Amino acid sequence: MAALLGRSCRKLGFLSSGHGARRSVSTETGKSLNLYSAINQALHIALDSDPRSYVFGEDVGFGGVFRCTTGLAERFGKNRVFNTPLCEQGIVGFGIGLAAMGNRAIVEIQFADYIYPAFDQIVNEAAKFRYRSGNQFNCGGLTIRAPYGAVGHGGHYHSQSPEAFFCHVPGIKVVIPRSPREAKGLLLSCIRDPNPVVFFEPKWLYRQAVEEVPEHDYMIPLSEAEVIREGNDITLVGWGAQLTIMEQACLEAEKEGISCELIDLKTLLPWDKETVEASVKKTGRLLISHEAPITGGFGAEISATILERCFLKLEAPVTRVCGLDTPFPLVFEPFYMPTKNKILDAIKTTVNY
Amino acid sequence: MAIWFARSRNLISSLRHNLCLSSTILVKRDYSQRPVFTTSQLSSTVFLSPYVASLRHESTAAEKQLDLVQHSDDQEDALQELDFPGGNVGYTSEMKFIPESSARRIPCYRVLDEDGRIIPDSDFIPVSEKLAVRMYEQMATLQVMDHIFYEAQRQGRISFYITSLGEEAINIASAAALSPEDVVLPQYREPGVLLWRGFTLEEFANQCFGNKADYGKGRQMPIHYGSNRHNYFTISSPIATQLPQAAGVGYSLKMEKKNACAVTFIGDGGTSEGDFHAGLNFAAVLEAPVVFICRNNGWAISTHTSEQFRSDGIVVKGQAYGIRSIRVDGNDALAVYSAVRSAREMAVTEQRPVLIEAMTYRVGHHSTSDDSTKYRAADEIQHWKMSRNPVNRFKKWVEDNGWWSEEDESELRSNTRKQLLQAIQAAEKCDKQPLKELFNDVYDVKPKNLEEQELGLKELVERQPQDYPPGFHV
Repeated sequence: MAALLGRSCRKLGFLSSGHGARRSVSTETGKSLNLYSAINQALHIALDSDPRSYVFGEDVGFGGVFRCTTGLAERFGKNRVFNTPLCEQGIVGFGIGLAAMGNRAIVEIQFADYIYPAFDQIVNEAAKFRYRSGNQFNCGGLTIRAPYGAVGHGGHYHSQSPEAFFCHVPGIKVVIPRSPREAKGLLLSCIRDPNPVVFFEPKWLYRQAVEEVPEHDYMIPLSEAEVIREGNDITLVGWGAQLTIMEQACLEAEKEGISCELIDLKTLLPWDKETVEASVKKTGRLLISHEAPITGGFGAEISATILERCFLKLEAPVTRVCGLDTPFPLVFEPFYMPTKNKILDAIKTTVNY
Repeated sequence: MAIWFARSRNLISSLRHNLCLSSTILVKRDYSQRPVFTTSQLSSTVFLSPYVASLRHESTAAEKQLDLVQHSDDQEDALQELDFPGGNVGYTSEMKFIPESSARRIPCYRVLDEDGRIIPDSDFIPVSEKLAVRMYEQMATLQVMDHIFYEAQRQGRISFYITSLGEEAINIASAAALSPEDVVLPQYREPGVLLWRGFTLEEFANQCFGNKADYGKGRQMPIHYGSNRHNYFTISSPIATQLPQAAGVGYSLKMEKKNACAVTFIGDGGTSEGDFHAGLNFAAVLEAPVVFICRNNGWAISTHTSEQFRSDGIVVKGQAYGIRSIRVDGNDALAVYSAVRSAREMAVTEQRPVLIEAMTYRVGHHSTSDDSTKYRAADEIQHWKMSRNPVNRFKKWVEDNGWWSEEDESELRSNTRKQLLQAIQAAEKCDKQPLKELFNDVYDVKPKNLEEQELGLKELVERQPQDYPPGFHV
């Protein structure tokens, strides 16, 4: 319950793209939008700016189960925005074919939990399409969007965070936005990036997150992490919806005199090691947090890399606050999740090591 | 049981009254004269809920009693239809299962008999002398190429090879029936399509040796050819993945209003993959111009078709997806040519997928890693290699027309052989790919982690060259 209430606190305002290492978006104000509206805007812009772009997947025609594709079919026509049969391997395979012919195929998988039938097409085909052909062919125009992550009541099959599986595949990119403004800019970058990209959207934030989003066409660069909160005592790294929880933990830690630096990784593959390394060399401590189960999670990759690069600068072991090693449970979700207090405990333990 | 049926009569009445069901659906029947179903009768069919159990089982003789509704049976046109989301369907009160197989298998379209003579009254698209001779030459070239590359693998000069022996007619005749703008997504036993389009023996050899001239830059095993110049997508080992991709390619061609279609190949084994279902369904629903060509050659490595499916081959599956289909004698070059040419025209002009099942036999082993005598009779292989050989069959027809002679034959075979041996020698001697090609093309631009790994590897190779094969210049 507490976790759910904690989550509902996120409704108000949002993470400032504060005095970070880089201000990637102009200070121009826009309308207040939630996440699905921001994504919807990005899709409108993408289809408008490239007549050879397509949006398809299950139920996208009427606007999609999360309303991300609202208005697209009416505006761009059913030849460019259409429903597909219920078959993820077909959706992605078809998308690869379209992309291989030079089109932008923006594919929707209804829930990240259902992406696995398409895993063969993503790993064995999309990721290797350019390399195996000696660059004669490529499917860089492919972007796969999927809602991921906890939603409060999703259970096993509406809450998964499968990013780690994809981070292990050379040839694709994996991108996860933390907020509406970030999502629009990152999605446009993904769509226009000449490589196949998997874009996980934190479904929890579709309605809950509201932020001012500039109305124009803008892109946020891939493979560039952002320091969204500066600090000196410990570095925290996360992505997606988890960053809001982490920010709350940072605020509470600050009351106890601990200065936290918070980094949004944004792109998990290929990831920006330099920004994290520079931060940890400054703070000497690292905490990684993600919803996905801890074992084999992407936090392990970050931890191993930072250990290699910053060993002598570390004051404490790298710590990970993650989901438990169980299928995502329903009634036990509040216990499973890496909550603000679990993070806060870990911050204190690390700082007091 | 008896009690059950007494109740069911009351159920019908009460259903009518209480559920306010439309009188067009319920029929008032008098069951007193009907035979009671025995337990054994019922248990041999599906479970029937009580009121359904009262369906009449005997012939549809006219009722004495007045029915409240007109009902359809086999002897009347369906004046009433039931409307469901998928459209209207007529109904029948006769419970009849569609049998698992037809009494007769779908016949196989052929034009040439085994002696290479055109069967009288055949439908087929005539083939000119020029085209026929070219087709024959290419079939023979493919045969020679297969034999020589196979031997090269046996000699350890290349690591792997897959022959298309026995399937030369499918390879060449299908390619001849297509336009160069048609985009081909192969499985792996269709190098003849690439050969037809102009890929040279040297280019084949380069890929097999993975040398510096290989367009694939040495990254994949032999026979994984690809050529964008020839509209031939690079082969990948996973089976059937190309099928949904072909639907996407076809859709793109349609949207671009190109006079072209996607053509994709699959074996009998590949049709068991989920991607077969995905590919056909997507092509049908999204109305993509795709020609799906299934080479039913009887074997998926050691798995005979009897262990692959229980349907009448592949052709019958087309209708399940709403796809027009044909079964053709894959060893009859003229039949394959006509079928593919027609299918291609349909696909492009009607913007729809078409399915062709080409019946054939895999004369060679699955690959150089296979010895098929372990699981099939040597004389079966011999039979198909000799008396059912598609190359010989077409040769007879071409010869009978006076378009080909024994001199032509020996000249072609010896020239091709010589050319191939030269190509292999040259490919073997050719420089290896530079080491940087290990790291390029993973992405469009090399990311930082690969830059670092490349530097690290270069340094390592310089320091410990004995650990690495020579010739890969940094």
